[in-house]
Amino acid sequence: MAMKINMGEFHERVEKGIHNTFMRGAVAGAQERLRTRRLEAAQELGNWEEWRALGEEIRQHTLEHLDYYLMQLSENVKKRGGHVFFAQTAEEANDYICRVVASKQAKKIVKSKSMVTEEIHMNAALEKLGCEVIETDLGEYILQVDDHDPPSHIVAPALHKNKEQIRDVFQEKLAYTKTEKPEELALHARHMLRHEYMTADVGITGCNFAVAETGSITLVTNEGNADLVTALPKTQITVMGMERIVPTFEEMEVLVSLLTRSAVGQKLTSYITVLTGPREEGEVDGPEEFHLVIVDNGRSDILGTEFQPVLQCIRCAACVNVCPVYRHIGGHSYGSIYSGPIGAVLSPLLGGYDDYKELPYASTLCAACTEACPVKIPLHELLLKHRQTIVEREGKAPISEKLAMKAFGLGAASSLLYKLGSKIAPTAVHPFTTNDRISKGPGPLKAWTDIREFPAPEKERFRDWFKQRGEE
Amino acid sequence: MEAFLQRLASRLGRDMPTFVERPQWKHAPQQTVFRGYSQDELLDELKKQCTRIHTTLVETTTDGLYHTIEQVIDAHGGGPIVVANDERYEQVGLSSFLKREDVHVWDVSLGRANIEAAEKANIGITFSDMTLAESGTVVLLNDRNQGRTISFLPKTYVAIIPKSTIVPRMTQAARIIRKKHVPSCINFITGPSNSADIEMNLVVGVHGPVKATYIVITDR
Repeated sequence: MAMKINMGEFHERVEKGIHNTFMRGAVAGAQERLRTRRLEAAQELGNWEEWRALGEEIRQHTLEHLDYYLMQLSENVKKRGGHVFFAQTAEEANDYICRVVASKQAKKIVKSKSMVTEEIHMNAALEKLGCEVIETDLGEYILQVDDHDPPSHIVAPALHKNKEQIRDVFQEKLAYTKTEKPEELALHARHMLRHEYMTADVGITGCNFAVAETGSITLVTNEGNADLVTALPKTQITVMGMERIVPTFEEMEVLVSLLTRSAVGQKLTSYITVLTGPREEGEVDGPEEFHLVIVDNGRSDILGTEFQPVLQCIRCAACVNVCPVYRHIGGHSYGSIYSGPIGAVLSPLLGGYDDYKELPYASTLCAACTEACPVKIPLHELLLKHRQTIVEREGKAPISEKLAMKAFGLGAASSLLYKLGSKIAPTAVHPFTTNDRISKGPGPLKAWTDIREFPAPEKERFRDWFKQRGEE
Repeated sequence: MEAFLQRLASRLGRDMPTFVERPQWKHAPQQTVFRGYSQDELLDELKKQCTRIHTTLVETTTDGLYHTIEQVIDAHGGGPIVVANDERYEQVGLSSFLKREDVHVWDVSLGRANIEAAEKANIGITFSDMTLAESGTVVLLNDRNQGRTISFLPKTYVAIIPKSTIVPRMTQAARIIRKKHVPSCINFITGPSNSADIEMNLVVGVHGPVKATYIVITDR
């Protein structure tokens, strides 16, 4: 799956999302729970703002010296017997990964959750090579079994599915015979995947934080799958976005604490695993060979620009969990594996305005995202900057906005047209009006009235009312 | 690599630095958690946290340890058991426990057979090298005598925690690890494996252990 998920035009995707009642209920419930847990975890600390300030400070310093820390990381990985590959593009990354896999004559690959491998479309490249690539994170596994349904949330990828749907998919594809109870479904996945770990040739992981000083990579998980993916196969490949790095263990632990609290309200997840190089002399488990693939894929274009703060992101999805727009339209509407406010900022930067020009407008600029971010990315300000860029430089504002502005400009420019327009408005929308509310609006109003009512124009215009009032 | 890093340097508008001093951070909230707590107070915090991470905590003394371990094993349905080849077992009077027929002691010379033993085991046991009171986490510095899979493949995971290993939080562990040779695999384990991927319902026991018990030795 590439970063872009092909599900039609933005408005079609939103239309589909808004009418998916289960999804909207699930998203609202999940947002509520995750948001509450995050707030409780923050409150328990008592000095959350100080933690955020430290998180921001660490991320900013690291980005300002990213070249230095990546160099240090690379040297230290090599010192511990690992291999490092710097990939400028997705193609370069996939070519390298395929070369390693081919040199091992590997057939079966187990994988733990990784957004960057989705972004570079790695699975497809490996499948083309004739390999079987098995996702082992429960959510990702469900999506993969269901004919590669795209993820809709950074942390909980299968959020949009209910347990009955999952049961049906398992019955159809995995000879599952039990009920829709989550415990039974999870147990089935455990049985199915145990065998895969034991027999896989290569394990592939993402990376939450690389540690420059020691050449280590840190994986933050709850299920234990990443540990089996890295303990059992003979070759391990870890793919990281180049900005996912910290100077030392001491900064890593601060960011891990911010990540787990912000993502799920846990003080730490069940497993924080720090891996350094391949297995050492005499060790029986762990990989014989370790490859670290460091991916740019458009990130360096963001560095040194006003959008640089977006690279501070630690992928906790706290912004997603508070976004009122995400709540209504769901993750798939964004057309990118990066959804919610962070996706609306990042997707146009990595994927270009041609595909993602609508996303910066999928926001009310309420700033809840900025307030939730544990590393203080000014998300809503970056969304606004996108809009400015789109309008000023690219002339790519969405058609509906352009038309509305054009119509308003035309109408407002001529006092005659303005008078006429404001006068006929009540009549024009009359057929759609009940009790002074419009619930099934025409044309450009439809997108709004699909989800809420719009007040009908007053029958008496302000200017007429004011004029009469003056005369009285 | 050169071109990749050069590009970053030029995007950042300067030459690539030859040395960067790690700054003195302006904020240090992590240092204040449980500052000045005694071992007893830290143990109290650890106990509190265990109730939130689906983990049973049992307290015992060195003298009572053998009996406690047997009770814990029975409560989880008995062996087979896989343990690390660790001299600490002897120090706490468990040498004869290691000789039980259903106990597999990790043995480098057996190679992959160790992993197969772990896969068949009902219970995996390791010592905790450091224990984090705040999050209820045991820290394992694995090596050739303590395979990674001991704490992941069996259905139940048991950690033996000398009380002296308890520190406030990950901050102290990070500082200690920085001073050492960093092992190829460090695990920070907080209770059993779990997932909320299906309708946000918490399922305890996914790919890793389904249950976890901590045994604290109060006089160590």
